[in-house]
Amino acid sequence: MMQKAKDKPPNLGIELAGISLKNPVMVASGTFGYGEEYAELVDLNRLGAIVAKTITLKPRLGNEPPRIVETASGVLNSIGLQNVGIDAFINEKLPFFREYDVPLIVSIAGDTIDEYVQLAKTLKGEEISGLELNLSCPNIKYGRKFMFAQDPKTTHQVVSRVRKATSLPLMVKLSPNVTDISSIARVCEEAGADGVSLINTFTGMAIDIESRKPILRQITGGLSGPAIKPIALRMVYEVHRAVKIPIIGIGGIMTAGDALEFIIAGAEAVAIGTGNFVDPLTPIKVIDGIREYMIRNKIKDIKSMVGSLQCRKS
Amino acid sequence: MVQIDAKILVNEGIGPQRHKMALYAPQIGRQAKPGQFIHVRVSNNFPPLLRRPFSIHRVEGQKIEILYKVVGKGTEILSEKKRGEYLDILGPLGKGYRLPSATSKISDIILVAGGTGVASLLFLAEAISVANAELSILVLIGAKNREELLCEEDFRRLGCRVEVATENGSRGYKGLASDLLENYLPLSEDRPKPAVFACGPSEMLKRIGKISRKHRFPCQVSLEERLACGVGACLGCVVKAKGSSYTYKRVCKDGPVFDAGELIW
Repeated sequence: MMQKAKDKPPNLGIELAGISLKNPVMVASGTFGYGEEYAELVDLNRLGAIVAKTITLKPRLGNEPPRIVETASGVLNSIGLQNVGIDAFINEKLPFFREYDVPLIVSIAGDTIDEYVQLAKTLKGEEISGLELNLSCPNIKYGRKFMFAQDPKTTHQVVSRVRKATSLPLMVKLSPNVTDISSIARVCEEAGADGVSLINTFTGMAIDIESRKPILRQITGGLSGPAIKPIALRMVYEVHRAVKIPIIGIGGIMTAGDALEFIIAGAEAVAIGTGNFVDPLTPIKVIDGIREYMIRNKIKDIKSMVGSLQCRKS
Repeated sequence: MVQIDAKILVNEGIGPQRHKMALYAPQIGRQAKPGQFIHVRVSNNFPPLLRRPFSIHRVEGQKIEILYKVVGKGTEILSEKKRGEYLDILGPLGKGYRLPSATSKISDIILVAGGTGVASLLFLAEAISVANAELSILVLIGAKNREELLCEEDFRRLGCRVEVATENGSRGYKGLASDLLENYLPLSEDRPKPAVFACGPSEMLKRIGKISRKHRFPCQVSLEERLACGVGACLGCVVKAKGSSYTYKRVCKDGPVFDAGELIW
């Protein structure tokens, strides 16, 4: 007997900027190390994709501690892009992923545009699925007043230069610390980006009232977690109306419901960040929860959910 | 390392704001080594958002124990948990104490505990007395006052010699546990050195690190730090350690136990 269409399991698979994902749930850069830290607890093969911790040309020691503090339903961090550098990443961290059947997106950051280009060129020919340009780390000094993602002109320059240097799918991680995130997303699209990841963390701070000192050594840090989810969601909604390239929605996702909000607002995929710290199984629970939602609501394909927001008629 | 829902077997007060919790966690108990910790999700709601780390205090059959002091919202919620409830825990995590080998040339063992720092040191004392019964163990326990002294009898039952210090002098020596250590020194040059293990507030560990440098005895310290992930991924809990100039080590993964000599205080 032929199986009825309604009995078919829902399709969670997507094509994201040319990368095939089993499901739209990824793990966000900086919250999942290089994958190996969580491999004992999480079946990595079930993830939509892994975005590795940001890599720079030279190893970076990172910022002086204290680097992290919990705030109301959020976390402030000022890690400062501590990483092993591109050479050690390729030689020591990349081989680990060959054992797994999961797309790896490599996040890169440079002090200059040339460094971004050089990183993209160095990764040519490596077994990776895509690049994410981190233009929005709030915790490092770029030798200039703003981060790349706060200035449309430099954003355009860095994206278009890297675009010429690589044929890999190219995502750009945007900062929420801007007046109009849609205009920056549009610049990325014009410069040849294949997708935008939003959002990175909000700059914030916390103070110890007894000592009157900032709790973080660097005074300010990046705020993540459920505290920022409503703002991240609003920004995904705005960017979805401004660009055609796919959006990876990020910001405080803890549950399948949170993830579905982002998808309905216009995100093709989502990434779990701080949620990994709270429960390493968050991404798996989100995947299972999305599937249950689709079965319950008789949705055959996750793609039909993207940007399906039903606004009230005015 | 496993993530399990562990049933609470005991959760009782053992002093002012101090509690002991026993959890049914055979998978963790089997793997656990002294100095390692579990990372506990105290609530399914938030805040508090992040997990809270606790040293493993004892392993007994299929249960593990932790000792904790109520210091904030997370530990307050934990203290209200009832027997029979379940807690989502990760563990055992981190690198524990390195046990002295049977052939090492040490005279004996000194454990220095400050406050709830006794938690991991009782587990260590048990492991040493099993592995190497000939070593004598001296335990120096410090607390603010007599009410806050913990585990004295537990150490005595293991056959350890115990000396206590209270900051207000309400019991034992008036002063700090690190003073007791200094009183015990200097050692005569021809005798083998003791091996020192310390756990407590960072100021205490700093002082003990200094003493160990001066008198050149091996010293392992267990650091307390606020953690986010607990598994070495987020790099939020680092301490400065010696390297070509310096480097950062993760308290949750490279520690929480470090050689006092490798840290830059």
